[in-house]
Order: sequence, then structure tokens, then C-alpha cells
Amino acid sequence: MKYIDEFRDGTLAKKLAADIRREVQPSRSYSLMEFCGGHTHAIFRYGIQDLLPENVRMIHGPGCPVCVLPIGRVDNAIALTRMPGVILCSYGDMLRVPGSERVSLLKAKAGGADVRMIYSSADALRIAQKNPDKQVVFFAIGFETTTPPTAVAILQAQKLGLANFSVFSNHVLTPSAIANILESPEVRKLGLLPLDGFIGPAHVSTVIGSRPYEYFAYEYQRPVVIAGFEPLDVMQAVLMLVRQLNEGRAEVENEFARAVTREGNLKALDMVAEVFELRRSFEWRGLGLVPYSGLKIKGKYAEFDAERRFELAYRTVPDNKACECGAIIRGVRKPLDCKLFGTVCTPENPVGSCMVSSEGACAAYYTYGRYKEATSFTAKDAK
Amino acid sequence: MTKVRTGYIHPIDLKHGKVDMTHGSGGRAMAQLVEELFLAAFDNEYLNQQNDQASFHVPGGRMVMATDSHVVSPLFFPGGDIGCLSVHGTLNDVAMAGAVPLYLSAGFILEEGFPLADLARIVASMAHAAGEAGVPIVTGDTKVVERGKGDGVFINTTGIGVVPAGVNISGERARPGDAIIVSGPIGDHGVAIMSLRENLSFGTAIQSDTAALHGLVAEMVSAVTDIHVLRDPTRGGLATTLNEIARQSGVGMMLRETALPIRAEVRAACEFLGLDPLYSANEGKLVAICSREDANALLAAMRAHPLGKDAALIGEVIADSHHFVQMETAFGGRRIVDWLTGEQLPRIC
Repeated sequence: MKYIDEFRDGTLAKKLAADIRREVQPSRSYSLMEFCGGHTHAIFRYGIQDLLPENVRMIHGPGCPVCVLPIGRVDNAIALTRMPGVILCSYGDMLRVPGSERVSLLKAKAGGADVRMIYSSADALRIAQKNPDKQVVFFAIGFETTTPPTAVAILQAQKLGLANFSVFSNHVLTPSAIANILESPEVRKLGLLPLDGFIGPAHVSTVIGSRPYEYFAYEYQRPVVIAGFEPLDVMQAVLMLVRQLNEGRAEVENEFARAVTREGNLKALDMVAEVFELRRSFEWRGLGLVPYSGLKIKGKYAEFDAERRFELAYRTVPDNKACECGAIIRGVRKPLDCKLFGTVCTPENPVGSCMVSSEGACAAYYTYGRYKEATSFTAKDAK
Repeated sequence: MTKVRTGYIHPIDLKHGKVDMTHGSGGRAMAQLVEELFLAAFDNEYLNQQNDQASFHVPGGRMVMATDSHVVSPLFFPGGDIGCLSVHGTLNDVAMAGAVPLYLSAGFILEEGFPLADLARIVASMAHAAGEAGVPIVTGDTKVVERGKGDGVFINTTGIGVVPAGVNISGERARPGDAIIVSGPIGDHGVAIMSLRENLSFGTAIQSDTAALHGLVAEMVSAVTDIHVLRDPTRGGLATTLNEIARQSGVGMMLRETALPIRAEVRAACEFLGLDPLYSANEGKLVAICSREDANALLAAMRAHPLGKDAALIGEVIADSHHFVQMETAFGGRRIVDWLTGEQLPRIC
């Protein structure tokens, strides 16, 4: 299959693994953060960590939009379902995230709330058109990949004069999150989290282009390699990062050249700029308040803003004390470090959001990696 | 004065009529529906006796009974419908014990307002499936629920069969060293349904693989009497079925990703939607586990049958106290093929 099979070729993988092994300097360690949940998923699904030398360590970043949504925003969504005549439309993964008192949208649905699972913003529009007597709210989440479709939905709603459609916007921005991590005490001062370079997100970059990462490479002197989602993409990106670090370079390189340009998707960016503006700050699970990291709907489109229409008030809710989602999202802890992992907190009964989304580090670890404790399978065995 | 034919009763309007509450009330309207629709389609000596039960002699031996309820939505999909699905599903459950299916029952829960034309189409499909399989539907039941309390139609089928002597097929019989065989490409049905739900139309329409497997099983049992395990990987896909068997038998499994038969269209659709064919339902496939020594004979017998022509050896049973199903990936690594948590969801971003 074109663009898929070639990028999963086992022979090429072994060759790349050998190249990486040959080029790493044995005396130093390489700590590389893959920002995007899709990359975390790929690393686990294909067992990429097993093919890398011991001194190359992958750190899982916060690029999973389900994982970084704080409990307070989930509570807002549940509050919306309790309002009369509201149909809440949500992506599937969000349905299982527990809010306060471990109520999730799925449990609210079982209790009688009208919650619909949808696959795209277009579905939500359709539901609004089919149910003119109901208030249809689209629970919009995601980084820059899903923001343009939300913008399109709002513009469409305006064109159609849909008075019963609104959006609860939880869109967040990748560069702000990267900056926040690089500025965190663990990275900046304490050196608790060695962070040498980034694997840049794939689909986000098709929208925003490679240009926004140039700031990080320059300001923080960390190389960034944008990679596709196939396992060979990820391994090639690791090799490119290793080379940059060995040569003392800190540049933005684009491994995903077949889909990402420097400028990005200008039409999509224009639409987003037309409909959205920056929030002063937005709370992220695990990162706290991050300035200029979230998007809200502009005044021009206020009639489609669910927060305004339903006068939603936000209340911060702290995570479960034992839940390590926050630390895991920042890369400071691994899923196994969490006391609740695999016992109290499982995909069937999640405590924190890292276990809910298929791209969350805990879910990926649980699904693909459990056997590592069961057997003594190590990188050596993969040869 | 117009001459009215003696004994003439206005037939049910199968073209434009709709199910209403009288069809479930046990009175004349229901009797007419049963006679003109169900009896006419299923037509066999047992059903035609019109008793509340079917009566027949039972051949000696170990009997098997299986039941399945069908709530699939949409009711009609490429390659099949809820009708033939309900016949195939129960026939297959009986066949997975190695048994020869003998008789079927069919219970219908109809929603008020359901078009009789659709019901007629479904019933015709069931009659065709049962006829092809050589297994009659000998008894049934009809109920009607109010509008909004059903999804058009729910169907329950139950089947009985008899197990040939010497055959002992059960989920807890997988042993380390056994071969794991699948009868053909996986994931077709689940993807066919999902692509309809997503309003996606591909260049090649993906068809459900719904089929009755008892003929294939009969050939298999004839070639290898001591098959250890048979199961059809329906909801949850091959991965879930293998995990069930691993747990039941107290073993682990090691699969080879490169050996899994998957159609190119199904693979492409899964990539597009972010689904894994391992977790996608199959309605015309089976998994067989037998000793290493019997594997070649079993594969040969399967490949000689139209429903098993693409049968493949996909892995082996291993000793593992954790009962993990693992897979050597095409990429050269190893991963766990875990249980599914809830429904598979397409990717968000």
C-alpha cells in the first residue's frame, strides 16, 4: 500500500537501527521528547524503543488533546448535558474521561443525558440541522489539526443561519505547550528532566508548517525534527536528531516532507484566524495555567460560543492526589511510576485521562508494553 | 352486485404496510402476519404444523445448543442484512463445537411502524440462508413494541446440533506448541459496517463476509478429528477471540503480523479511519487451534473448501502465565495484542 508499507519495512528498520547505534556517542545520553500522542502510540505499537540503543531515551510529551484537558472543563461539558434541551456532540475518546466524582459523559449518557458520539464537526452540524428544537453543542478539542474543521463548522453554521448550534471550544496550541515544558523548572533549572531535542508532531505541522518551531530551536538551542507517523518516519527522525546533537546543531528539520511545508496550510490558518482568538491563559492538566495556549471564539461569532450562550463558569478541580497524569504528560514520570497504574486505574476504569485516550502514555504503555514486566524482553533480544 | 370470492381474506400489505401493535397481540392480525410472511418464507413440515413448539426425534450423541441475538444497525449492509446474519451467526456458534446443525428457531421483536417491505426482505434473506445451509427454521415467536422502544427489528436465533463421535472441541484445549490457523482474511464485516456509519464510500465497496461455516467445519473435522479449539471471531475481532481462548486455556500466544491475511481494501480503510483489523468483527471466518502435527492436514482441508481457500497459519500457542497474546510485528519488534476496551474508535487527529 502506497505511503504505508514502504514506511513499515522491517529490513529498512534494522538498517536504521544499526545506523543509529553506530552514530550515537557511547559516552553521552540522548533524551528525545516526542510531543505528539500519535507518535507515542506508534513507538509503542511498533516497539521502536526496543530497537534503539540504551542511551537513547524517548520521553512522552503532552500532545494528546484528551489527556491535557483538565477536570474542570470535563465538568463544564457534563454541566451542559444537564441543561434542558441540549444535545452534546463529542469525539469518542472524550466520553470516557472522568470528571469530578468520576462521572464521565458516558455515565451521564447512561443516566439519561443526550450525548452523541460523532466522528467530525460536520456530524455535529448535521445533528443540529436535524433537531431544530434542540440546542446542539459541539465539544471541540484538539491541537491545530482539528481546529480548522471546527472553524469550518462555525462558518457553515453562520451561512446556514443555524440558531441552535454552538461550540464549546477547548482547542489548544502546540508551540505554547512546548515553550511551557522548556520553561519548566525541571528542565530549565533543576536538570531533572534532561531534554535534548524534539520529534515534532506530524499532522499539526501539516497545518502550521515547520516555521513555528524555528523559535524553539534558536531560543532554547534544541533541535526539532518533524516526523510522520509511520515507524520508519520516527526512526529516521531519531537518526536526524542524533546527528544534530553530535554536530552541535539546533535546527528545524522536516522528515515529513511528503506532507509538511515551511508555510503550512495557509487556507486553514486563515479560517482559524477568522473565527478564533487567543485566550490569555488556559489550564492544562499537568502543566497548570499556560499563557496564550488556548483558543476562544471571537466576539464576531459569539452566537456560536457555547461558553457565552450557556454562561459557563469555570472551576479548577485538582487531580486525584495519587494520579500522576500531570507528571507523565510533562515527561517527568513514566506510567509505571504511578501507584494507580494497572491496579485502580485501567482503561476500563480510568482515574486520569492518560489512561483513557488511545494516544495517552498510560494507555499505550498498558496496551502494548505490559509484557515487558512479564518477560525479560529487552532491546538485545530484538536483534 | 359484485361477486366476492368465497373465503377471500385481504392479504397483508407487504409493499406499503407497517408493523402495528395488533401484529403482536396474538389475535387474527398476528396470525395472518405469521402465516403470510413467516410460514410462507420458511415453509417446512415442522413450522407448517403451526404448533407453539416443533417436535422431532433426536439422533443419539452429544447435543449442542447455541443462541444469538441480533441488534445490528444498519439493518442492510453490503454483503448481507440482519436476517442472514442471524441465521449464519447461530449456525456458526453450533458449528464451532464441531457439531452438525439440525434445527433453528427465530424470535422477532418488531418496532411499531417498521415497514413490512423491509421485514419481508429480511425474512426472505433468512429463508434463503437457512435453505442454502440445509437447516430449517422450525419454530419462532413474534412480539411488537411501541415506537421508540426498538431499533426497527431485533432478532434472536437459537440452534441445536449434534457432535460427531470422537470430536472434543473446547476453548480450554489449546496447548503450548499448537498451531493457530485462521480461515481467511480478517476484518471485513466490522469495516463494512463502520464505513456505512461514517458515510464513507470507498472506490471498492467493502462487503461483509457473513457466511455459514458448518460445511467448512464438517470438512475440517473429517480431516482432523482432534481439533482442539474452534471459534468464530465476531465482535471484538480476532484479537478478542484469541485473548478469550488464551485465558480459558491458561496459555499465551505468539502471532506473526506478516502471516495475517487482510484484504488490501480493508487494510486501507483501517489506515484511513485509524482502526486495527485485528479488532474488527468477522461473520464468516473461524479460528482453529490444533496440534503442530495436524496443522498441514487441517490447512489442506480448509483450502479445498470455498470458505477456507485463503486459510493461513498465523502463529502458535506458547506457555505464558500472564496469558498474553503477543505478536511479532512486520517491523521486527514485538507487541501485545490486548483485549479491547469498549468499542474501537476512529482517530481524532
